[in-house]
Amino acid sequence: MDYRTPLSRAKSLGSAKSGTGHWWMQRVTAVALIPLSFWLVKFLGLSLTAPYQQTVAWLVSPINSICIVAWIIAVFYHAALGLQVVIEDYVAAEGPKIISIWVANLAFLFLAIAALLAVFRIVSIG
Amino acid sequence: MAEFTLPKNSVLIEGKTFKAPAGATNIRRFEVYRWDPSSSENPRIDAFELDMDSCGPMVLDAILKIKNEIDSTLTFRRSCREGVCGSCAMTINGKNSLACTKAIDSYPGTIKIYPLPHMQVVKDLVPDMTHFYAQYASIKPWIETQTPAPADSERLQSKEDREKLDGLYDCVLCACCSTSCPSYWWNSERYLGPAVLLQAYRWLVDSRDESTGERLDELEDPFKLYRCHTIMNCTDTCPKGLNPAKAIAETKKLLVQRKLG
Repeated sequence: MDYRTPLSRAKSLGSAKSGTGHWWMQRVTAVALIPLSFWLVKFLGLSLTAPYQQTVAWLVSPINSICIVAWIIAVFYHAALGLQVVIEDYVAAEGPKIISIWVANLAFLFLAIAALLAVFRIVSIG
Repeated sequence: MAEFTLPKNSVLIEGKTFKAPAGATNIRRFEVYRWDPSSSENPRIDAFELDMDSCGPMVLDAILKIKNEIDSTLTFRRSCREGVCGSCAMTINGKNSLACTKAIDSYPGTIKIYPLPHMQVVKDLVPDMTHFYAQYASIKPWIETQTPAPADSERLQSKEDREKLDGLYDCVLCACCSTSCPSYWWNSERYLGPAVLLQAYRWLVDSRDESTGERLDELEDPFKLYRCHTIMNCTDTCPKGLNPAKAIAETKKLLVQRKLG
């Protein structure tokens, strides 16, 4: 028998006093990804048809290097923030929830590092 | 937790059919969710064929006719019969609304009536509102001030500030919006839901209140507030035509404003 009052259950552990940063950064990265995704489509279009050396030469230009690095950071950050929300929505059990959030965040972190390293290699070595 | 199938004891079975009286020419069929906690049977759908020539125009009139003339065990809440008490909230043809403000003629064919979604059922069309009301109480829905009230007048408010409460104070807490919200279905233990968040915003924008910061502190939480994903079912279903989604968005804006200054 649970003798807790409904109000005690509703208030539970109280407010985390956070969440605004997470929500705001999801919006910031989403907005950043609008122009960056147009740029990416252009880049993909080029890389499908152009030879390797031309693609590298295009990527080495400062504006394109900045764009691809910005896209990688924004997209993986956005994906990590978004997937965390999805997990929180649908996974109720505390253990699996925390483990899933860890796995998602670490996976996106490693993917971002790998992608950035690849760009660095292409830009510096060719 | 997300639930995509009904538990075994919630699976619906076919119930009884009550035919219209002989000679009736203007017949409408109503299919109504029934569940009796004192029996071990699964919930069932009873069908009632009503003679519309001797029935009032609203869905609530039809339900009252069923209770008065056909099956007095049918259980539901109702009081004002004009959309100000919020008691007769139920799902009518798949959309939450107040039975007393919905005309039978506005629906084609058979009318299907269920209790509000994803709530524990007490009996038939009566959901258990305990947690919903406790969540409402948790946001302290009353004015909080440090400044004593003026000795010779009420706390004054400009006309413009009073107008900010329009579309907020009108909420009758029927829970149509909260129980239409998937986020509330999956996480109602922690997510406050659109109705309670609209009420919370009603106190955030009240120019006479002196606890805005504390109220925002209490709301700033990944679950209490940020489970809202702007699905908009709340605004779509509100039988009073209010916009809880906007109230939630305004609350988020206040939090960003406080954070970024």
